[in-house]
Amino acid sequence: MNRLLPWGLTLLLAISPVVLDTYWTDVLNNVGLYAVLALSLNVILGLAGLFHMGHAAFYAVGAYTTAILNTVYGIPVLWTMPLAGLLAGLFAALVARPIIHLRGDYLLIVTIGMVEIVRIALINNIFGITGGANGIFGISRPILFEFKLTKPIHFFYLIWAVVGISAVLFRCLEHSRFGRALRYIKEDETAAAGSGIDVAHHKLLAFTIGAVWAGMTGTLFAAKMTIISPESFTFWESVLLFTIVILGGAGNILGVLLGAFLLIGLPELFRDFAQYRLLVFGAAMVAMMIFRGGGLLPPQPPRYPQAKVSLEERP
Amino acid sequence: MSLLDVVGVSKSFGGLMAVSDVSFDVEEGSIVGLIGPNGAGKTTVFNLITGNSVPDSGSIRFQEQELVGKPTHAIVAAGIARTFQTIRLFPRMSVLENVLAGRHCRMKAGVLAAMLRPPRQRREEEAAIARAMAELRFVGLEREYAQLAGGLSYGNQRLLEIARALASDPRLIILDEPAGGMNDAETQALMHLIHAIQKRGITILLIEHDMSLVMRVCHKLVVLEHGICIATGTPAEIQANPRVIEAYLGAEDDHAPY
Amino acid sequence: MEEFIQQLTNGLAVGGIYALVALGYTMVYGVLKLINFAHGDLFTIGAYLGLTVLTALGLKEHLGPVAGIGVLVIFVMGLVAIIGALLERVAYKPLRHAPRLSAVVSALGASIFFQNAVMLVYGARFQVYPHDLLPKVVVNLFGLEIPLLRIALFVSSLVLMAGLYLFIHKTKIGTAIRAAAIDQGAARLMGINVDRVILLVFCIGPALGGAAGLMVGLYYGQINFTMGWVYGLKAFTAAILGGIGNIPGAMLGGLLLGVIEALGAAYLSIAWKDAFAFGVLILILIVRPTGILGERVAEKV
Repeated sequence: MNRLLPWGLTLLLAISPVVLDTYWTDVLNNVGLYAVLALSLNVILGLAGLFHMGHAAFYAVGAYTTAILNTVYGIPVLWTMPLAGLLAGLFAALVARPIIHLRGDYLLIVTIGMVEIVRIALINNIFGITGGANGIFGISRPILFEFKLTKPIHFFYLIWAVVGISAVLFRCLEHSRFGRALRYIKEDETAAAGSGIDVAHHKLLAFTIGAVWAGMTGTLFAAKMTIISPESFTFWESVLLFTIVILGGAGNILGVLLGAFLLIGLPELFRDFAQYRLLVFGAAMVAMMIFRGGGLLPPQPPRYPQAKVSLEERP
Repeated sequence: MSLLDVVGVSKSFGGLMAVSDVSFDVEEGSIVGLIGPNGAGKTTVFNLITGNSVPDSGSIRFQEQELVGKPTHAIVAAGIARTFQTIRLFPRMSVLENVLAGRHCRMKAGVLAAMLRPPRQRREEEAAIARAMAELRFVGLEREYAQLAGGLSYGNQRLLEIARALASDPRLIILDEPAGGMNDAETQALMHLIHAIQKRGITILLIEHDMSLVMRVCHKLVVLEHGICIATGTPAEIQANPRVIEAYLGAEDDHAPY
Repeated sequence: MEEFIQQLTNGLAVGGIYALVALGYTMVYGVLKLINFAHGDLFTIGAYLGLTVLTALGLKEHLGPVAGIGVLVIFVMGLVAIIGALLERVAYKPLRHAPRLSAVVSALGASIFFQNAVMLVYGARFQVYPHDLLPKVVVNLFGLEIPLLRIALFVSSLVLMAGLYLFIHKTKIGTAIRAAAIDQGAARLMGINVDRVILLVFCIGPALGGAAGLMVGLYYGQINFTMGWVYGLKAFTAAILGGIGNIPGAMLGGLLLGVIEALGAAYLSIAWKDAFAFGVLILILIVRPTGILGERVAEKV
């Protein structure tokens, strides 16, 4: 039963756009976008334990890269994805370098400052290429193998394919030398350094990888919306992502996916109570931390089957 | 040939001289004890060697290589591993993963390898796990590999720290009060373990308050008092040294020799 | 030159508001090492409650402008202090021994809750303070015309700060607060009721923040349910600028930030006004994370 559940859910998700109307398909698309973003934030916040509340900034760099390359230079949308990721990663590496040594809360507040500065820069039409407060419009539809993606159902499969690939890759990342290093750092920086781990280097890498992913998600967002503006990359977006990761279960990929469904999808069910949504949301955050601080699905310690084999070989 | 040379090292914290012009060396393959009353600056010396703090002056050379100014992780990579006086494990991670932390600096797989898992990465991972299990076996914690480190007994946590340090292939291992919080049987076992580590060709530098252990295990002792090195020599020489006796008689009972 | 003085005094007036809000952050950080994200919203609540009390009780009509506003300030400070204490009991006290992150998220949740509660009660649109509340007097100071309101604002914030300073340094309770900020465990051993100190801090900080909200309403004439975020972030910047946990530091940081912002907006670019504070914040954290008056605390290995 337990083994079949994830497959069943995946199947259900896969056929859902056929059954659902465009509105709900689009809701699922949003869930997917936030899921990828939250998965990428999870590397920074969930694994490395860095209080990063400015993830929307990296997302914005990616989305604007795509929008500019597409509208000004006519480069097909999906082709811009690697560059969007690269630029977001580069931006993150540059910005994070001087602040990486800051302790938890300080880092939190600096990343908030960063995302606000980025938003203000976008509004002020920095370098004359971001279109100011109106943003950039007329981003062309993506073409995949000569198939033009226009409807929500098309984007559904693109976005959720990316979610799937991301989840698998991040799962591998988590269970590796690199992922372990991040978790050591989260537990105790001094002990990690004392065990031979280059703390600053790994933190910086975590930031960069998270940003690369967020940048690439920015491409998907730009392609789906065909119009982007600074409004989409506010501090609030960062808080939402932060909350998805923490409430879902920092460091647990399934938890993060669950968080994306609950925080992006669930409110849509209560649209009639739209005005009370955020009130309940805030209260739920407080209650959650008091009664289930580790999130809905706290991370499980990874198993090492090889170790078991090695133990059994020597009775 | 000396493996580690500490030459005229001083360190003060906010005007308070914690360590003043301390010099000693550690012979390759030996077991050296750093002793002295509480607050003598022993742990500070350890922190200076391992890069957890930076000396105001003086030089620390390891295999002819200057350590001062190097970050902690680079010092581990150079071949010095340590344990902490106040145990610093990763309590919410498994015992095995704690040991793998020590293995980290001898592994190569980066981000891309982690995501794409080429055979090279898998082999490395498997070898690391095998090695970590071997270290756990060495300290006698093999069966606990899947437990959370925070759930181990105090004595076992100390052993786990040693296993983690050994996993980094150190030439020199620095043990900060390894017998702290251990009962007699555990201390006895620790003594055997220290000898076994030495037999592997690893040099040992330790701080310990348990004088019977220090006197029986160490080849050489360095005595600190108020941040100053007041004597060095074999355990027998140190026991006969009037300055050391005076320093210890002035201290509380539990630090007296025997 | 006149432009400069005008901007300077304006900056000082706004800086006084930042400083009052910053005090709430810094005091809470001092005893709990927690960024009280909801503090900015307590500031907003102060502004809204001020408006309600003002219109509901007809304070100006009954008591005249000066006494009326005096009573108003006391009312608002008391009400916001109660809300602050409730916030502490509900959202933070159960998390006293939880990981830091839990408290941070709880604080964020409380902030979202307050912000939306204000919106549901008062509506999402800007609310306007009665503009005839205070006489529009302009004071001639060394040949410069400066609005009386601006001076009154600055002086009131100074008075509140001086009051706090004396309270913290000259009273027994103030000493208990300082002791709890340095070492909670030791303070407890000395017989200080740390829980009560924390509760008290959660009354004083919000009271000052509420007063600051009221001042913003009086000074700018209009308030909005989201304004707590921006003021809160800037006040937090001010607290860090002065050295977090340091009470005189928060005062200095607030005034300094107000001036930097006013001058920056006037001489550099008004469009980037909000970015200056964050730029200063990032710069100070990179160059001197302990702030101007803070002390470095080394981590024990």
